[in-house]
This record gives sequence, C-alpha cells and structure tokens, in this order.
Amino acid sequence: MSYGPEARQWYQQELLRLRDAGLLKEERFIHGTQGAEIEVEFPEGAPPRRVINLCANNYLGFSGHPAVVAAAHRGLDDRGYGMSSVRFICGTQDLHRELERRLTRFLQTEDTLLFPSCLDANAGVFEALLDERDVMIADRLVHASIVDGMRLCKATQDTYKHSDMAHLEEKLAEYKDKRFRMVITDGVFSMDGDTARLDEIVALAERYQAMVLLDDSHATGFMGETGRGTHELCGVLGKIDLITTTLGKALGGASGGCVSGRRELVAMCRQRARPYLFSNSLAPMIVAGAIEVLDLIEHDTSFRDRLMGNAAYWRGLLVSAGFDVKSGQSPIIPVMLYNAKLAQDIARELLDEGVYVVGFFFPVVPKGQARIRTQVSAGHEKRHLDRGIEAFAKVGEKHGVRGMGRKELVDAFGL
Amino acid sequence: MDELRRAIRNYVAHEYLETGDDRTIDEHTPLITGGIVDSFSMVSLKRFLELEYDIDIPDAQATPAVFDTVAGIADLVERLRQANPAPR
Repeated sequence: MSYGPEARQWYQQELLRLRDAGLLKEERFIHGTQGAEIEVEFPEGAPPRRVINLCANNYLGFSGHPAVVAAAHRGLDDRGYGMSSVRFICGTQDLHRELERRLTRFLQTEDTLLFPSCLDANAGVFEALLDERDVMIADRLVHASIVDGMRLCKATQDTYKHSDMAHLEEKLAEYKDKRFRMVITDGVFSMDGDTARLDEIVALAERYQAMVLLDDSHATGFMGETGRGTHELCGVLGKIDLITTTLGKALGGASGGCVSGRRELVAMCRQRARPYLFSNSLAPMIVAGAIEVLDLIEHDTSFRDRLMGNAAYWRGLLVSAGFDVKSGQSPIIPVMLYNAKLAQDIARELLDEGVYVVGFFFPVVPKGQARIRTQVSAGHEKRHLDRGIEAFAKVGEKHGVRGMGRKELVDAFGL
Repeated sequence: MDELRRAIRNYVAHEYLETGDDRTIDEHTPLITGGIVDSFSMVSLKRFLELEYDIDIPDAQATPAVFDTVAGIADLVERLRQANPAPR
C-alpha cells in the first residue's frame, strides 16, 4: 500500500503499543559537550539539569578533551570541512593514509583501512572476502552489525553458544570441508561486558585452519596493559587475522571505523567492500582528532589505567549494594533486571535522581535479559561514582531489587 | 513423543541450552518467544533439519511462528517430506 491513511494509522498504532508497554525509546537532549557530567533536557522542553553520565562509550574521556578538539580544529583549518567523495575517487588525503598507518602500528597488524564507521566495516568485510565456498562461525552475542554483515555474505552462516569453546570446536570440525573457515567474535561483548576467550579461540582456529575476525570496538584503546585491545589482553598480538574497531568510542567518540589485519585481506576490502566503495570519506577534522588520540595514548597508559581503576571501583560498589551484576573486567557493567519495563522504569527514576543510564531490552538484548548497561570513563571521578551508587541504591530499594538474583527477580517481576 | 519430535528436541537442547541451564524442553516449550532460539542462531536448526531429513525449507516457511515449538517444527518437516518424498 502507498503511504495513505491506512498505512499511517498502522504505524501510529504500533508506536502507541510500544508506548503503552513502557518500551518507547525517547531521546534526551544534551546541552553541551559529552562528558562525565552533562546537562540534559528531558522531557523535551524541560529545563536542562546536570546529571552524571554512566552510559557513554567515552571510555578514555576524549569526547571533549581539549587536545583532541584542538587537533580537530587544525584538521578543519588545514584540510577543510569535507571530502565530497568516496575514498577511491578523490576522497583520500595524506591524513587518511597517516591515520591508517598509525592504527596499524597501534594494533600491531599489517595494514588498516578506514571506514565511515565500524558498523560499515562489519557490513562490508564478510561479503568482500568470503563466498558460498566458505563458512562464518560467530559467537551468538556478537554485535548486531556483525549479524547484519554476515547476512549480506553468501558464505554459510553458523553460530556457537556464547564463549563455549567446546561448541565452537564442534562447529569447526563440522565445516572442515569448506574452503575458508572464519571464526567471528567481539573482544568485549557490548551488552554483557565480558571478554572473549581469545587465546582459546586462536588455538582452535590454528588447529582447524580457520581465520579469526575480532570486533574490538569496546576494547581498543584500553583493554590490555597498553590498551591495544583484547588481543593484547589475551596474549595473542599478531595472531588475529582481522580486527574491526571504531573511532567512535575510546578513540575520540566522533565517528569512523576500520578493518585492520593481514595485508591481503585489507587490500581486498579496499577493492571490494561496498561501504568503502560507496560511502563518503571520513571528514578531515575527524581523522586529525583520531591521530591526536593515538598520540596521547600510544606511549602513555595513564588514561586506560584510570579507566580500569574506575571500572573496578564501580563494579565493587554495585555488587556491595546488592545488584545482580554480570561478571567481567571491562568498563561495561550491566545491572541485570530481566524484565524490560522494570529496566525502563528504574532508568527513568535514576535520571530523576541525577544519574543518566538507559534500559536495554529486546531486540537489543535477548528476550528476558533486560538490563541497565552502565559504563564508566576515565573522566569519572570517585565523587561521581559515589553519587551514582547512592542513586542506584535508593531507586533499587524502592523497587525491591537489591539482594535479588535472577531467579528472585524473574519470580517477582516476570520476563 | 515420537522419534521425529524426540530427535528435534534433542538437537535443540544440545544446540541451544547453555551449560548449567536446567530447563526442560518438551514439544510445546516456546523456543523463540521463550528466548531460547533467535533469528540469528536459528540458521543451524534450519540446516540440521534440511540435512537430516533431506528436505528444503523455503525461507517463507521458516517463520518464528512455525519454529517456536518442537511440535511446530516437526509438523513442518512432516509436511515437507510428504510433499517431496526422498527418492528410493
């Protein structure tokens, strides 16, 4: 049907259904720079109020860092506003090449190709490299952009139970007759905060002659002793065939992503990956900002050290306050509530208490696994986290969720 | 439970229940609406059914409604086998 009254009414009813179920996502408007504390207007039209931000991917605090902002200004002044071109036509500056080389050095790979985002990198990489003769075997909790990218590829698709190495080995054995096997995992899982067993994955991949693709978007810049990522953390630097990661989180928070890995695989992406071929080149100011971030962290671990200290402190506060928290060592710390409406209600009330978090539910997380995903930053100070736990304790107490595990929460609130 | 349903149930339990998950799967356990199987992980179930029972499941028939229970899946397999019996 064309977009007449019937179609309009259908969509209006669908939106009302979401709102009535308490599941409508609503944007909150930030007046100012992203940071540990922000001015938020919510609901729309309300006067902005200062709140503590516990839901940004601003892991190293660079979203508003003066040095990064200054570098972006220099990029704007020296190289202009935009490229008005895809990379391979006339969209590549010397700055793009420099950033690719810097990322290669930082990640300790052979080559790197920039994309408009890591979502675009994941959308393009599988189709560029694999076909119906091959198989992709992904952890079941990989990021949605990997799911979508795999669906664009004609290679056989399969999945293994989350972080289950025995199940992965079954799958690798099952597909021994395929031309190429590719194991795909996140480094730090975006909704759970746990870390891939990358050393075991690499060992299995070597045994079964499989490639490994690692989406390290929630790890690049801070996981591992010097922040190279999950591959450094797990002692497998140089053994990952492809890394996709983002410039939109720890590495500045603007936009951009990349594929980094074996020289020939990156070169093939440069020839065939559709988001690279058909989407506009990264703006020069963003490239300049990202180079500055690498200058700041390549030989200085103080940012990631502060972040990881904050993560351990915040996790301890949540656990002591009796919340059901998924275990892990990353700065992603989900507070499990299981019931979607409960997660939304608690998130809304936390904002009233001056803490900005968001409830996550299906389809962002599996059904019955709703949560509030908290994320800490190197920009947080102890006082922010102490104030945060006061708010969590108050709202958690009001809803009666403190001291409850999964069974108790599901019995009390349902799924 | 007949042999077909038992085989499907056993496959689903092995393929989708995590270690330590003590849920029992019977022929009416909601698999998709119950959060045990999703559209991403469903591909291996579809492949198992096609290889094990020598059938081709059109995408249009591999719906969440049909795949939500072992009983629904078994009914689909039986229909497809009857429509296209395997060669002798």
